[in-house]
Amino acid sequence: MLSVNHVTGGYPGHDVLHDLSFEVKKGELLGIVGPNGSGKTTIFKMVSGILKAQSGEILLKEKPIASYSAKQLAKVLAVLPQHAEQAFPYTVKETVSLGRYAHQTGWFQMWSEHDEAVVQQTMEQTGIAAFQDQYVNELSGGERQRVFLAQALAQEPEILLLDEPTNHLDLSYQKELLDLLKKWTREQGLTVISIFHDLNLAGLYCDRLLLLEDGKINLHNNPNEVLNEERIQSVYRTNIEKHPHPTVPKPQMLLLPEKHADDLNDLVIDERYLERTDETLTLTAPFPLRTMSSGVVGSGTGWYSSFVNRHVDKSYNCTNHREEMRAFLQDHNIDPTETVGMMTAVQLEDVSYRLINHEEVSVFIVVTAGGGNAVDASRSRVHDYNPLPGTINTWIFVSGTLTDEAFIQSIMTATEAKAKVMQDQEIKDALTGTIATGTPTDSILIAATQRGAHQPYGGTITTLGKLVSEGVYTCTTEALSKHKRRGQARA
Amino acid sequence: MQKRFIRMFLRNNRFIAYVIATALLIGAMLLGISVGTVSVPVISILQLIGTEVLQLPSMGTVDPMYTTIVMDIRLPRVILAGLVGASLAIAGAAFQGLLRNPLAEPYVLGVSSGASVGAVLVLFFNLTLPFIGIFTLPVMSISASIITIFLVLFFARQIERSMRVETIILTGIVFSSFLGSLLSLMIALTGEELRQIIGWLLGSVSMRGWEYIAIILPFFVIGSAILLFSSKELNAMSFGEERAQHIGVNVARRKLWILIGGSILTGAAVAVSGTIGFVGLVIPHLTRLLWGPDHKHLLPLSILLGSAFLIVADLISRTIISPTELPIGVITSLIGAPVFAIILIRRRKERRG
Repeated sequence: MLSVNHVTGGYPGHDVLHDLSFEVKKGELLGIVGPNGSGKTTIFKMVSGILKAQSGEILLKEKPIASYSAKQLAKVLAVLPQHAEQAFPYTVKETVSLGRYAHQTGWFQMWSEHDEAVVQQTMEQTGIAAFQDQYVNELSGGERQRVFLAQALAQEPEILLLDEPTNHLDLSYQKELLDLLKKWTREQGLTVISIFHDLNLAGLYCDRLLLLEDGKINLHNNPNEVLNEERIQSVYRTNIEKHPHPTVPKPQMLLLPEKHADDLNDLVIDERYLERTDETLTLTAPFPLRTMSSGVVGSGTGWYSSFVNRHVDKSYNCTNHREEMRAFLQDHNIDPTETVGMMTAVQLEDVSYRLINHEEVSVFIVVTAGGGNAVDASRSRVHDYNPLPGTINTWIFVSGTLTDEAFIQSIMTATEAKAKVMQDQEIKDALTGTIATGTPTDSILIAATQRGAHQPYGGTITTLGKLVSEGVYTCTTEALSKHKRRGQARA
Repeated sequence: MQKRFIRMFLRNNRFIAYVIATALLIGAMLLGISVGTVSVPVISILQLIGTEVLQLPSMGTVDPMYTTIVMDIRLPRVILAGLVGASLAIAGAAFQGLLRNPLAEPYVLGVSSGASVGAVLVLFFNLTLPFIGIFTLPVMSISASIITIFLVLFFARQIERSMRVETIILTGIVFSSFLGSLLSLMIALTGEELRQIIGWLLGSVSMRGWEYIAIILPFFVIGSAILLFSSKELNAMSFGEERAQHIGVNVARRKLWILIGGSILTGAAVAVSGTIGFVGLVIPHLTRLLWGPDHKHLLPLSILLGSAFLIVADLISRTIISPTELPIGVITSLIGAPVFAIILIRRRKERRG
């Protein structure tokens, strides 16, 4: 559709672009990203025929762009400007109708029925038909943006250039506009090239990204390759982190604000923050902790500041236990959105907790455990699915900075330590008679302050892993024996 | 809210707009022919136009004195005033659209100063070019206005290759001042012709006769045609030159045509009547306010309103302290400046409210 070959040029006496080459296929949505002054707008000016290239050539549908007349070019290529001048009060419809200029021929350039139909259709598509008789200068920024989008679409272009199309739009219109563009590229084969400031939007919607740096192409590839942490950090010269989008397989680049000095104090999470009643065991952290957990609420990864282990009766049975748990937390003045909540049938008095330190890291472990319903994971196939309230709930609070890897390895380490306790205590699977590895509804939670010493790994023989395995083993053993004693006392 | 409604009503009824503007022009013409030291009844005017202009069979006898007054003095004067007003108004509307500045007018580009220098040169040196005789003055001033616009464009291009509107306006202002001082220099050096030059500079359409109509008419037709055929491009260019280019307008070529068209109109008007200010500024502005900025209608409506306005201004200039005639430029400025000030203040208020 469009190919740019070894283009150099810019403004008189000042070349902005240096030997630029890239290609855009029909129906592609290409995003152009790069810091301010990297030449994004200059490319647009050259492709749209406003500026001439010093050397190299630009081919549009296999023909050099210079061989197109202004009208011919306007029938193939339309541009949505970042801002358009508003010298006189035209109405919305008058403005959109101007987009038909290139299609009108002959001496008197009559307004045809087709022209009218196209204008009405583009106004419908962009949602501005309702105010077609209003003055453009009386509209809001977002509405005005859509008027000029309609004007560009009225040209019936095959390729559409957008200069930061989401600039004046609120969130819902940003999404709406980009969804619409994406749809047109898929269904009508429209080719879209768009300049983006927002790397995340670009990554979400574009098929490919062109990253510019000082008028040269840094990389032209798919979003996942272009949005590489180190690459973006070096091109934009700022601190960012790359994370996967939670629901779409696309990358997200996150800005990291400068940390304040008082955020850095090495605070240790320990029993000071733990509070127990007959019904709940609650740890309230002074600030949100990065958490990975398998709770009833707040499970998965996130940032949470309250951690609740709730005692429920053995006969607890509720079809929607998540909803019920949320309601329970709200009744106790705990915000469910900031909380990881778990359930257990074990008496909370039998909790076992311990703070262990080594060098700069400290780990605070909290375990409630009961050996009933224990299952041998290697024989779990013989069990029917029958979720009962968890019997071993393990909480690990790390005062340190953990990588995602360290989180996952710590979970492995904790699980291995737990299985070892089952073995040493000879807790058996009632059905198979073999040594059990846990109970069917065990939960685990690992939360880190993400301040202080960095812990890249959490395997069993790392600094962190040693603390986790030692803490989980001793606490689980102690909690199990307390539970057992209670059982014997009752008997 | 009510004002808004009225504005929308006016804009959506273009037919009514043309009816009103045409009625105003016809009314102004009849008034201009009828009123004077000897007043001619409207019925006689209609009879005269029927027999003398349209060559209809006799529609009754008219006093021969009326015939002389109407056919030799008032009719050519009214038509000339109308053509000058129309030329200045449409040129002003086009320049405002092109320069995206509602305060622009032919004078801003130095075009009328150029035309004046050409004309004053003829008066100063008492020039008569061979073959064209009395047409020396108009030919010189039209040539000078076109030379000026090309010089302005040439210098603007030297300053900045892309020739942005701002650069053109600035260059035009520089040329205006420079040509203005040339004029002052010539006036200072003038002895006997001083009164003639000053009178011409202040502008007048009196005692010009049919030849002057013959001079301005072809230029009016050519210039107006160029501009009327550019009305869509003017619409596009009022959203900025880059935008117009993207929509498909060949901006460089079209800009040149519009500037030439406007210069021909301004040069011809200055040649036959001297410098008459404010018509090119106020009339397009008023038209836009009443009937919207769409140049397809703005340009023809400006022609109608501009000619009606100048005919009335001329009528006032020759009757207000009769038998002395005031220069017409004085009247247009006296009417135009306050009207313009009111428009400006109201616009500011509207924007704030």
